[in-house]
Amino acid sequence: MQSDLKRIVSKLHSGMRIAVPVDYAGVSMALTRPMIEAGLRDLDLVCVPTGGLQVDMLVGAGCVRSVETSAVSLGEAGGAPRFNAAVKEGSIKVIDATCPAVHAGLIAAQKGSPFLPLRGLIGTDVLANRPDWKVIDNPLSDQKDPVVLIPAIHPDVAIFHAPMADRHGNVWIGRRRELAPMAYAARETYVTVDRIVEGNLLADEMTGAGVLPALYVSAVAEAPKGAWPYGLWGEYPADVDELKRYAAAARTQEGFDAYMSETAQQGEPA
Amino acid sequence: MSNVLPREILITTIARLLEGVRHVAVGASSPMPAAGAMLRRALDENERTVRLSILGSVEHNFFTNGSCELFDSAGQGRIDAFFLGGGQIDGQANVNLVGVGDYPQVKVRWPGSFGSAYLYFVVPKVILFREEHTPRVMVEKVDFVSAPGVSDPEVYRPGGPVALLTGKGLFSFDKTRPGFTLESTHEGESLASIREATGFAFEHADSVPETPAPDAATLELLRTRVLDELEETYPAFAADWRRDLAALSVPA
Repeated sequence: MQSDLKRIVSKLHSGMRIAVPVDYAGVSMALTRPMIEAGLRDLDLVCVPTGGLQVDMLVGAGCVRSVETSAVSLGEAGGAPRFNAAVKEGSIKVIDATCPAVHAGLIAAQKGSPFLPLRGLIGTDVLANRPDWKVIDNPLSDQKDPVVLIPAIHPDVAIFHAPMADRHGNVWIGRRRELAPMAYAARETYVTVDRIVEGNLLADEMTGAGVLPALYVSAVAEAPKGAWPYGLWGEYPADVDELKRYAAAARTQEGFDAYMSETAQQGEPA
Repeated sequence: MSNVLPREILITTIARLLEGVRHVAVGASSPMPAAGAMLRRALDENERTVRLSILGSVEHNFFTNGSCELFDSAGQGRIDAFFLGGGQIDGQANVNLVGVGDYPQVKVRWPGSFGSAYLYFVVPKVILFREEHTPRVMVEKVDFVSAPGVSDPEVYRPGGPVALLTGKGLFSFDKTRPGFTLESTHEGESLASIREATGFAFEHADSVPETPAPDAATLELLRTRVLDELEETYPAFAADWRRDLAALSVPA
């Protein structure tokens, strides 16, 4: 199991653009520490559409060059301490977005299109700080109608955690269909799962409807409770106490380092 | 002392602002907006269906495509009302969710704009809700515009702010002026106390009424059905509320 995680991490390189999901959609916390231990640097993270603990840990460990996101926070546990400190110090570049723009960029890539137009945004400082987003006059309208073009987002890699996969590499994402565009848009997709099941998830219409087919999946590794301390939909709730423990510890870099080395010994949660 | 809790007045006010809506969306960690929407649903029960979508909730969620679907359905005009907070809110109803100071290297960084830069444009009834009502929150001009209160006429904008509800009072928003009007002050507050806590200028009548408390039937609904419903998604908030209710019934 650890070797499977290591095999995935061996495919990741410094400088890669990596897409990761929002805290409730299945975050591969199981891959976070191996990524840090591999000494990855200069990662450009794309949060789909917001980030949390995983992003904060990667930033705290010095793995990150930029974060494109609509928000980063630890939810109920408060602000993301290492991310916030890094923004203040200017040690990472933050590329502020808004949630539907991140989705739009991935969907543009999913379609092989150069961009997707999106309403809203005009007059915001979000748009003012995004030279890569262009405002055009809607060519299909007779009247003046400015609209924003969101360029396609092409991550090198997408990483997430799901409840199960089969040995063919089909991953069950259930109703979390927003995970699929991440995989469509990314060159490679690596998934950790709570369990590998026998048989073929596509053989049954009920499970098949919720499957991300192996076509889009580069590798799967089994990692029971691999979203912890985040929860996994339909499986287990978030461990809010642990998130709060992290939030308190990571207020300082020293506290963060101590938390990371302490918890390194613990391995998987009970 | 009143026998109605301040939060019960806020929740009732939210329900009043939601009159006539069919579908309310509530962000994560927003117990009072959720309670206000639940009260609206209970009050309208035999007249109309009021749908409530709470982000991140399993129970109160109609989506099979996560947050992507929330924004899609808002774009389709299927969401009538939404709530926005703000680290800073200014007199033009501009909202800042990003931070204090010069962007990007801000002095204080907040999580980020989330979906505000889109939803503020497309949801017809956006209610600004922020309990903290101090000069550092209610500022003359925000440091960063996550979402603007008003737009130029050529910008597609079926949505926008209609009201600002704080721990001290209720304002309506007039987008033609543009600006806020103080509609009512909560118990214990006055025009003077609100003026002192507000960094932007606002209009008001000569005499500003007090925010009405719920009537007996509404209060009963609030303390039974709504409180029970809320408990599923916000157990800590519900427990806190019950504790305050228990303290109310103990004579001092």
